[in-house]
Amino acid sequence: MAKIKFNLNHKDVEVELDPSTRLIDVLREHFGLKGVKEGCGEGSCGACVVLLDGYSVNSCLLPLANVEGHEVITIEEFSKTKRFEVLKEAFADEGATQCGFCSPGMIIAGESLLSHNPHPTEEEAREALSGNLCRCTGYQSIVHAVLEASKKGEGLW
Amino acid sequence: MSKYPTSVKKVDFPEKISGKAKYADDFVFPDMQYAKTVRSTIPCGKIKKITVPKLPDGYYWISAKDIVKENVVNIIFSDWPVFADGRVNYCGEAIGIFVGEDKAILDKLCEEIKVEYEPETPIYDFSEAYISKGYKKGDYEAAKKKAKQVVRRTYQTGYQEQAYIEPQGLVLYYDESGKMTITGSMQCPFYVKRAVMRTLGLKDDEVRVIQPAVGGAFGGKEHYPSLIGAQLATASYKIHKPIKMVFERYEDIAYSTKRHPSKTEMEALIDENKNIIGIKSKVSLNGGAYKGCSGVVLSRALIAATNAYVIPNLDISGDVYRTNTVPTAAFRGFGSPQTIFAMEMFIHHIAKEIGVDPLELRMKYLAKQGDITANSGKFHDPIVLDKLFEKAMEMSDYKRKIAEYSKPGSLRGIGMSCFLHGCGFTGSGESDIIHAKVKVSKDENDHVTCYASSVDMGQGCRTTLKHIVAKNLGLPDDEVEMDYPDTDKTPDSGPTAASRTIIIVGFLMEKAAKNLKKIWKKGVAQEIIEPYVGPSYIHWDEETMQGDAYPSYSWGVNVVEVEFSPVTFEITLKGVWSVYDVGRVVDERIAVGQADGGVLQGIGYGFMENETCVDGKFKQRSLSDYIIPTTMDVPHMETAFIDNPFIYGADGAKGMGELTLVGGAPAVALAIENAIGKEIHKIPATPEYIMEVLKDGKN
Ligand code: FES
Ligand code: FES
Repeated sequence: MAKIKFNLNHKDVEVELDPSTRLIDVLREHFGLKGVKEGCGEGSCGACVVLLDGYSVNSCLLPLANVEGHEVITIEEFSKTKRFEVLKEAFADEGATQCGFCSPGMIIAGESLLSHNPHPTEEEAREALSGNLCRCTGYQSIVHAVLEASKKGEGLW
Repeated sequence: MSKYPTSVKKVDFPEKISGKAKYADDFVFPDMQYAKTVRSTIPCGKIKKITVPKLPDGYYWISAKDIVKENVVNIIFSDWPVFADGRVNYCGEAIGIFVGEDKAILDKLCEEIKVEYEPETPIYDFSEAYISKGYKKGDYEAAKKKAKQVVRRTYQTGYQEQAYIEPQGLVLYYDESGKMTITGSMQCPFYVKRAVMRTLGLKDDEVRVIQPAVGGAFGGKEHYPSLIGAQLATASYKIHKPIKMVFERYEDIAYSTKRHPSKTEMEALIDENKNIIGIKSKVSLNGGAYKGCSGVVLSRALIAATNAYVIPNLDISGDVYRTNTVPTAAFRGFGSPQTIFAMEMFIHHIAKEIGVDPLELRMKYLAKQGDITANSGKFHDPIVLDKLFEKAMEMSDYKRKIAEYSKPGSLRGIGMSCFLHGCGFTGSGESDIIHAKVKVSKDENDHVTCYASSVDMGQGCRTTLKHIVAKNLGLPDDEVEMDYPDTDKTPDSGPTAASRTIIIVGFLMEKAAKNLKKIWKKGVAQEIIEPYVGPSYIHWDEETMQGDAYPSYSWGVNVVEVEFSPVTFEITLKGVWSVYDVGRVVDERIAVGQADGGVLQGIGYGFMENETCVDGKFKQRSLSDYIIPTTMDVPHMETAFIDNPFIYGADGAKGMGELTLVGGAPAVALAIENAIGKEIHKIPATPEYIMEVLKDGKN
């Protein structure tokens, strides 16, 4: 057991847990943030990605100890932003969500990409989303949605 | 301007995109317990002794001895036990479950339990057939006497894992009235309900199943959740607390059902004018340890044996074999991807062997309206395959590319498949067995709600079914409601399978809405319950497999372009073009989504997705070993639809969910064949297989 402090969704939090606890379990079970999905638990699917200091990371691979002093943003918080609205609209228009299990992760991965590269090429978008598996859509709509958001959200990122 | 101006808003989109939608693992109930499965570690043998470790307070061991009524999972053929009783028949078979509140303690108990076996010799090959079927058309033996040439080939297909991103999982709890209730990842709420009723000997009103958001299924959640449901219900009988069981990914890949591996031996009879006068096909499917739904999978495989081609004389037969491996079951396509792969490759190989152009040979045998089907039924409806071909070739620039890529030294290849898919259950199954019903009702405020047990597992049926109702009532879509299925409120409109949701359930919704409109009284609560009545001209004899196999067919053409690396033997996708006849498209955005996802799953099946079973155990047990396509593997994809409305479909629509998968594998395999200049007989066409083919394969 250890006391770990970090910033979660813009609030300072402190938890007392085994420092090796997976971040995904802390988020889902301790904080009830169920928008963080577990598809594989082994870093292959990206359903669990969250932003760690603005970069997307697989929360199923991250031990709690590693977030000490860092900032974590989950879909629950990101979905309150203007950037989310732009991504959401693009995903809706392209039909980029089917079963939806990959969607929160895809959105976070899209945000991570656009915040570091506001005008990605299609190749860059594919590369940035390659850690996120989707079995329903064939990816075409998702890649197009992220590119579309980058255009429509000009100036936001 | 929206990309799909005629499409409606997807109802569940806002909750899914923002992470608010609740899937199985997101449900939490007070005092909820977890369950973890103890599995057989040997492929086959008797259980001699089970030594259960000392259980901490509040922990339970549930096994065959706790079965309340019947130790069997209610599937089409019910031979799969809920818990192994005295013997195991595959590695991973459930022996029992530990239930308790701390997952870490459950893991420890699973490690500590000792199961002693008396192993028996397992079977892995095609030696013990446990289901056999077949049919004939014309007179194959007489045709054989006339034949001037006989062409023979054997094709093989591997396992395919559904790889839905949400793993299997169910939660059992008690509703406000104290009734046992099950929610979770499933395709068929009524299947789960009946399985629980049968195992526990419960009455219809003693169990309730409610479907939440489902993170993909593709057939994998058609029957398997019935097993989990029966296990949890058995445990709850003793424990009386909410229980959750969600699979870890390795567990899901290693032990849940997959697509049947197959071997298809084909023979074609050729006359002196280079006509194909007969085809014989013998299909072998690996059914695993239990039959389950394999008989129906075999039927579909056999009916699709000659794909979209009409050949006068046929001798089609097949068997499902028992092996000591994880049972195989439903997966998008349900037997037809295996035989359609075989037939598409075969017609090309026949063409080459008899020295005619493959495209010309296929065109000669394409089905037309009024033609006699393989099962001696009739193609009743208009068929526009020629238009599909034309459009696909134009979109992909096929003719130029095939000429260019066929030149020696080219590392590019292009392949084109054409295919059909029968919509709905086989034969008169819809009218005779399923008896689907839907309900459309309105309250005193004229607020309309529609009810069907069709599960939205991503394919968007909550949006499309509701849209069909709204449209026929002349209401805006957001004035009609459709919730997730709840067996206490929803009539049984049959399983979410067999590409039947739009063509059957949608058709019923359309009729119900029209009938409600006719009797509509403002300010009065009214309801319509609409039962299915199929086309009266459909006749089918299951025994002889003669008659109209399906009420109608959807059609498609896929073109795939690849590049081959002579250094690594790897294949890169360069383009995918698809044209479909799904009757009339209900919602274009949803249809394109089905098309993109389906064809990629089919292409993955053809060259990437490799699941091998060694000594009864799957070698690939994670999503980093079992490779499915990622954004980096997907090239430009283009889809078109040819409008061809079907009179018995909702607004002219036919089925499409499965259709989009079946042509991917042959198209990519033909593209690889074109690139390497050698025949492909096996999928997945992995780099290892391609290396083998380049060394010893047939030109
Ligand atoms: S759950 Fe974390 S990558 Fe799949
Ligand atoms: S929408 Fe189902 S996994 Fe992506």
